[in-house]
Amino acid sequence: MEHYDQAAYRQPEAGTHVPLLSEKDDTATDVDSSLPDDLTRDELALPRLPEPELARHYVRLSQQNYGVESGPYPLGSCTMKYNPRFTEDVAALDDAAVHPDRSGHSVQGTLKLQYDLQDYLGRIGGMDAVTLQPPAGAAGEFTGIRLAEAYHESNDEGHRDEVVIPDAAHGTNFASAALGGYDVVEIPSGDDGRVNLDALDAALGENTAALMLTNPNTLGLFERDIEQIADMVHDAGGLLYYDGANLNALLGRARPGDMGFDIMHFNVHKTFATPHGGGGPGAGPVGVAEDLADFLPDPHVRKTDEGAYERYTPAQSIGKVHGFEGNWLVLVKAFAYIDRLGDAGLSDASAKAVLNANYLAEQVDYEVPLGPFHHEFVASAGDQDAADVAKRMLDYGVHPPTTKWPELVDEALMTEPTEVETKRNLDDLADAFNAVAGEDDDTLENAPNRTTARRIDQTSAARNPQLSWQDLD
Amino acid sequence: MSRGSPYAPHTAAETAAMLEEVGVDDVEELFDIPESVRFDDEFGIDAKSEQEAVAETTKRLQRNDDLTEFLGRGHYAHYVPSLVDHLSGRSEFITSYTQYQPEVTQGFLQALFEYQSMLVELTGLGVANCSMYDEATALAEAALLAKRVRASSGDRVLVPEYVRDGHVSVLENYAGGADVAVERYGTDAGNVDVDALADAMDDDVVMVYAENPSTVGAIEENLDAVGDLADSHDALFCLGSDPVALSLLQRPVDVGADVVVGDASVLGMPASYGMALGVFACREDFLRQVPGRLVGASEESVPPEGARDGGTEAADGNRAFTLTLQTREQHIRKERATSNICSNQAWVALRAAIHAASLGSEGLLDLAEHMVDLPREVAEELNDITGVRAPVHDRHHFREFLAYTDQPAPAIASDLEAEGFAVHAVDDHRLQICVTDANEHAADRFVAAVREVTN
Repeated sequence: MEHYDQAAYRQPEAGTHVPLLSEKDDTATDVDSSLPDDLTRDELALPRLPEPELARHYVRLSQQNYGVESGPYPLGSCTMKYNPRFTEDVAALDDAAVHPDRSGHSVQGTLKLQYDLQDYLGRIGGMDAVTLQPPAGAAGEFTGIRLAEAYHESNDEGHRDEVVIPDAAHGTNFASAALGGYDVVEIPSGDDGRVNLDALDAALGENTAALMLTNPNTLGLFERDIEQIADMVHDAGGLLYYDGANLNALLGRARPGDMGFDIMHFNVHKTFATPHGGGGPGAGPVGVAEDLADFLPDPHVRKTDEGAYERYTPAQSIGKVHGFEGNWLVLVKAFAYIDRLGDAGLSDASAKAVLNANYLAEQVDYEVPLGPFHHEFVASAGDQDAADVAKRMLDYGVHPPTTKWPELVDEALMTEPTEVETKRNLDDLADAFNAVAGEDDDTLENAPNRTTARRIDQTSAARNPQLSWQDLD
Repeated sequence: MSRGSPYAPHTAAETAAMLEEVGVDDVEELFDIPESVRFDDEFGIDAKSEQEAVAETTKRLQRNDDLTEFLGRGHYAHYVPSLVDHLSGRSEFITSYTQYQPEVTQGFLQALFEYQSMLVELTGLGVANCSMYDEATALAEAALLAKRVRASSGDRVLVPEYVRDGHVSVLENYAGGADVAVERYGTDAGNVDVDALADAMDDDVVMVYAENPSTVGAIEENLDAVGDLADSHDALFCLGSDPVALSLLQRPVDVGADVVVGDASVLGMPASYGMALGVFACREDFLRQVPGRLVGASEESVPPEGARDGGTEAADGNRAFTLTLQTREQHIRKERATSNICSNQAWVALRAAIHAASLGSEGLLDLAEHMVDLPREVAEELNDITGVRAPVHDRHHFREFLAYTDQPAPAIASDLEAEGFAVHAVDDHRLQICVTDANEHAADRFVAAVREVTN
């Protein structure tokens, strides 16, 4: 099958590992300094490789890594779309690299870009004000929680100490609410995979600070009752928080602000195609309705009557959520992406993302119990173990979907192909799904066979942690 | 000018075929959105060609003044070798996701394992995670860890007066949720005032923070005393530093530090408007309370086969890396996780590791020693200027120092901007000046400019 040959990780050297830097050089150096001895350490043992060897070391490592340019990456809830290369070029400009303590009038370009990105995101989310400071989606959630707390306290409603979260929500929602000191009230989803209004009604009350909601939710389903949900939360005196992880499904079709959400975060590394960097950096700008704008983090950027840009501290700011200005280079890339696509491109991105998910869902043999989907669908591996299915899919040269989550679907295969895949790629992906669907447990349990490493022993990794080369025998 | 996303590759024929397969006439039918919340307006953002989009972003950024920066105060720029950009920019690295499928992400996992190992060597502590957002959030996470691991209750965290207000604000935001109060203690000439700290200590203190070098550039001379004070009250000692300083200065483990936080983006990154790399290292006994991701070494659970045995480097050929101890993390433990962090700064950690490996021990130590010499030399030259006294603190310095000015410091900073230089005015009569290998080429011109504007 042709897609076998697209397996980027199947290099000739597959199966042979790259020695650690410490195995290539382990010389220690004595410290000799003009400082008094009692202010310095005695020796340092960090490896040093000559530049050609260093280049080869990291190139070899890169060859043992699967990225978006290696092949399809249909990880549900992660929006692994192609990262346009030109955004790297603008983020590498010297003018993007200024120090955060520069005076405002000497960095009018940076402030204008911040202001314009605040504005773009506000328009896209239907929000009145946007902060760019949170350095990741989870940091955005935490910022939102702090904003909700400040808002309630300013209304003498500081007693509200509960955050309501549906069971299918991202784990970060629960953790961010807890980090803010809130009690989490988890509500079960309905049989249709959406918010159960009776359960929501029972959970809401005089202690409700907020409901955190993802829409479309992690099953790819739009919460059709969103207006009623918003009314219920607001009637209880709570705020409605939008988890922006799935915004790629809605661009140009619906906006969180119009649905009644008071606070939202954007995952620019998902919706706006900035690279995930092997785990980060992301960026998690937070948008708010007008009533919450005075609480935004310090500093915020505004335009003066004279047309200049300035930093200021919002009247009742919660303070800072990052030591400086967040992940600025990521935000520059997001701006460039939005500016390139414009209305037409953003709207088409969502259209094609939704079309791709629906098309792929039609092609896979696994049962897909719920619907209709937006940008992602959750299939069930049925009698197979979803984690094993994922490992076997690696042998077919594609990255597998997110597995075993949400738990509402047995042996979940949460699949988000994004708009960047061609019909042919989707057909190949479906072939991989369907080939695995027809295989026996033995084959699945012994997978993968064609990857750099075969299946890795997770149990011993956790039982006998070896977290540095110093820990190795 | 564009009819759609330039990165959605569908031809009209493909779109039509796919719609037919899905069973709808129009893609809009797939959007299951009630009419009442449909957005039927436009954002008002024009689509652009790549060339136009590059020009638009560039045009905005170029409105920045071209200044040579002598800025630091917790965020520093060193020269970054060209190799760092080229290697970290390989798409297999930068476009990959978190390593939830380790069998196809061994490369990034090994690079992060190596990064963790470098921090273990630099700190002497048993465990380092593979990144937090920045120093401020790492400090905040340290405070929360300190509260969690303490046998008895406590609700105070002590930080020195010199810490940036912004860092304290971040710390307060995180600590507030755990009902922990943040208090400042006195300092003496850019170092910890040991007596003031001793007075502030009681058994409610869960963590004491100090820095080396401090935010005002002074190398700390009282770390042992801070460690002892923390110990005697069963509080953790959290030390803030960075990899360049750590290569030369006292090893944290030797002064009793329990946690080390800091900004490792001093390696691998330009100043980047504050984009950073949070260091988090701690004693091994806190392992299960560590926030963030950890990469561990393990083995393949099935023996190597076939060609694998023939590999020349396969002597212990089944070693493999994986994210581990994930039951601490939010995607499994939800509200009982050690932190809410998910996306981190992995790619920045990769860059820092490449930079560190290009320097090695000798290169790092040379750089660090240079960071001791440079501020000494520049301070001496400034001190020769009438109306300027530098350094203010009678200490050894690292990268930066305070300079007292007879004339108002903000006015001098403003005049220096007109001459093409950016410095901090930290209060009415003190400038802070940071000099590294990134700006030393302009140090003579800078000193001349200070002489000129204070004349």
